[in-house]
Amino acid sequence: MANISTLNTTAAGFDAVSSRLASGPSGRKPRRMLSTRNIVLYGTLTVAALYYLLPLYVMVVTSLKGMPEVRLGNIFSPPMEITFEPWVKAWAQACTGLNCDGLSRGFWNSVRILVPSVVVSIAVASVSGYALANWRFKGAELFFSILIIGAFIPYQVMIYPIVIVLRELGIYGTLTGLVIVHTIFGMPILTLLFRNYFASLPVELFKAARIDGAGFWQIYFRIMLPMSLPIFVVAMILQVTGIWNDFLFGVVFTRPDTYPMTVQLNNIVNSVQGVKEYNVNMAATLLTGAVPLIVYFLSGRLFVRGIAAGAVKG
Amino acid sequence: MHNMVSIGKQSSVSIRDLSLSFGSVKVLENLNLDIRDGEFLVLLGSSGCGKSTLLNCIAGLLEPTEGQIFIKDRNVTWEEPKDRGIGMVFQSYALYPQMTVEKNLSFGLQVAKVPKDEIDRRVARAAGILQIEPLLKRKPAELSGGQRQRVAIGRALVRDVDVFLFDEPLSNLDAKLRSELRVEIKRLHQSLKNTMIYVTHDQIEALTLADRIAIMKSGVIQQLDDPVIIYNRPRNRFVAGFIGSPSMNFLTGELVGEGGRIVFRTNDVSFSLDGYDASEPLRAGRKVILGVRPEHIKVDGDIQGGEVHEAVVDIEEPMGADNLLWLKHAGHTMSVRIGGARRYAVGTRVRLAFDMTMASLFDAETEDRI
Repeated sequence: MANISTLNTTAAGFDAVSSRLASGPSGRKPRRMLSTRNIVLYGTLTVAALYYLLPLYVMVVTSLKGMPEVRLGNIFSPPMEITFEPWVKAWAQACTGLNCDGLSRGFWNSVRILVPSVVVSIAVASVSGYALANWRFKGAELFFSILIIGAFIPYQVMIYPIVIVLRELGIYGTLTGLVIVHTIFGMPILTLLFRNYFASLPVELFKAARIDGAGFWQIYFRIMLPMSLPIFVVAMILQVTGIWNDFLFGVVFTRPDTYPMTVQLNNIVNSVQGVKEYNVNMAATLLTGAVPLIVYFLSGRLFVRGIAAGAVKG
Repeated sequence: MHNMVSIGKQSSVSIRDLSLSFGSVKVLENLNLDIRDGEFLVLLGSSGCGKSTLLNCIAGLLEPTEGQIFIKDRNVTWEEPKDRGIGMVFQSYALYPQMTVEKNLSFGLQVAKVPKDEIDRRVARAAGILQIEPLLKRKPAELSGGQRQRVAIGRALVRDVDVFLFDEPLSNLDAKLRSELRVEIKRLHQSLKNTMIYVTHDQIEALTLADRIAIMKSGVIQQLDDPVIIYNRPRNRFVAGFIGSPSMNFLTGELVGEGGRIVFRTNDVSFSLDGYDASEPLRAGRKVILGVRPEHIKVDGDIQGGEVHEAVVDIEEPMGADNLLWLKHAGHTMSVRIGGARRYAVGTRVRLAFDMTMASLFDAETEDRI
């Protein structure tokens, strides 16, 4: 009996649904896959993606070919015979000037420039930004304005004065000198970034910490830092890409044996003597560009979050 | 009774000639205030009146331009917030998001290098009082608004302070939670007997919680009194209009002599002032404002003698327990509060009697109480 009654109610329910469906549109509206909108949207995206990916494809493919194959000139064709020879050569054997130990020398120089520059500039800028946002000291506004103006002055204007300053300090041509230059030039934008981020945090948190008796550094390290991972990632990415890709300061403020990777890459690619080894050049370029790319891929999601958090409020 | 005796013995917080300006904007000017030991004082005012600024000055989070602040008879004007013996609860709770509730409570004690077992004892006590023991291991993001505010109160509680400062602590909560926590704060005050200074723009919170209310407007305390006096004998028109919902009815007119007595006259209608307790002799010809609260106007059956007026019902607003009538009389629209069961159709003629013992008269120019 129970079964029959269940059946009945189910049947009744089904009837009700079908009759309602018959009476007109119901539920989610069906959408056509091949609408004009979709074709235009995905078409544009595909073209744009190809436009940016094609050069990369050519570089990767060329770097895996031997010179005889490169000379054939079919730049889009995949390598008939994959060889990692150009990569090895670019890293360890390519000659720049008197040195024939490849890009590896420049890579380690760049690392030795990058790590202290990034660490010091972020450390100083985050503390300045925190002080500007939370501790209203006399002249803070003026200091901040001057810093921002600094962000708009073209680097080229300041190169010669800085050369003189570094020479007077006795650190011209050293890695220390270049690290100091990178740290200073990163200051305006980083301080702005950190100041805006800290200003966007609720001011009551800062007040509560002061009532709890925490001082300048305690609030910075125990309250502010743990809440600021996204903005630190943003600052790190900005600095890593900026400093790693820097060519101008590298070529001006260092000597041949301390050249960063970018300068060395230029010297390899632009060498005028001998045959142009396109495959080696491509491999060298990919090697040089790998570091910022890896950093970006590893922290891309945090980057977007941090930019959104730090940039909007001011 | 015991509490009453202790009040007035010693002042807990004293503000002397306090001024504060941001650039050319004067937020507080020559402000004086004495808060008694164990008193619950509410600073009430609309936004921008300087009440939060005053609280921040007491906390030491803002530096006054001039004047002094004493807490427990100690001049703390130049002291750091942590050395003032205050705890503060903020509107946005201001819990450290990366720390558990337990860490939030103990942070200040850790900074002050209190021994570990003492920290544990105080945290346990605060958690017990506020009934947040089950939440100790959670992060603030996992708490509801009411729980967060309890933790924020706990953070002030563990510090064993003389004075609690509340900066609109209930404003971010929904109406039901707000009334629950209001009762809890009152209970907390009754059991701890600490001095509490409480900033709000909500007059219900002020009236229900306060031993005394200080009503502020543009950086000046308009009246400092206990809630009943504030409600019944407002010192000026601003206070009268600010407190009470629906607002007091204001009729502008003048005092005239009529049959050897002074009466209030507006738009050719006279109102007897019999029973009004004036603080100075009333004289004819003075321009005044008569203020009567909606519940102090009696309608029809409630009238027990005295002068009777007639009015027409304009709008009726039933509010459950009460029924609010908007009446037209003597060229004014006035609101009258009657029992919720008594209903009137629009256009009905009703008889009114004004209870002048509960009314207020203000000078039309100075707006001060007469």
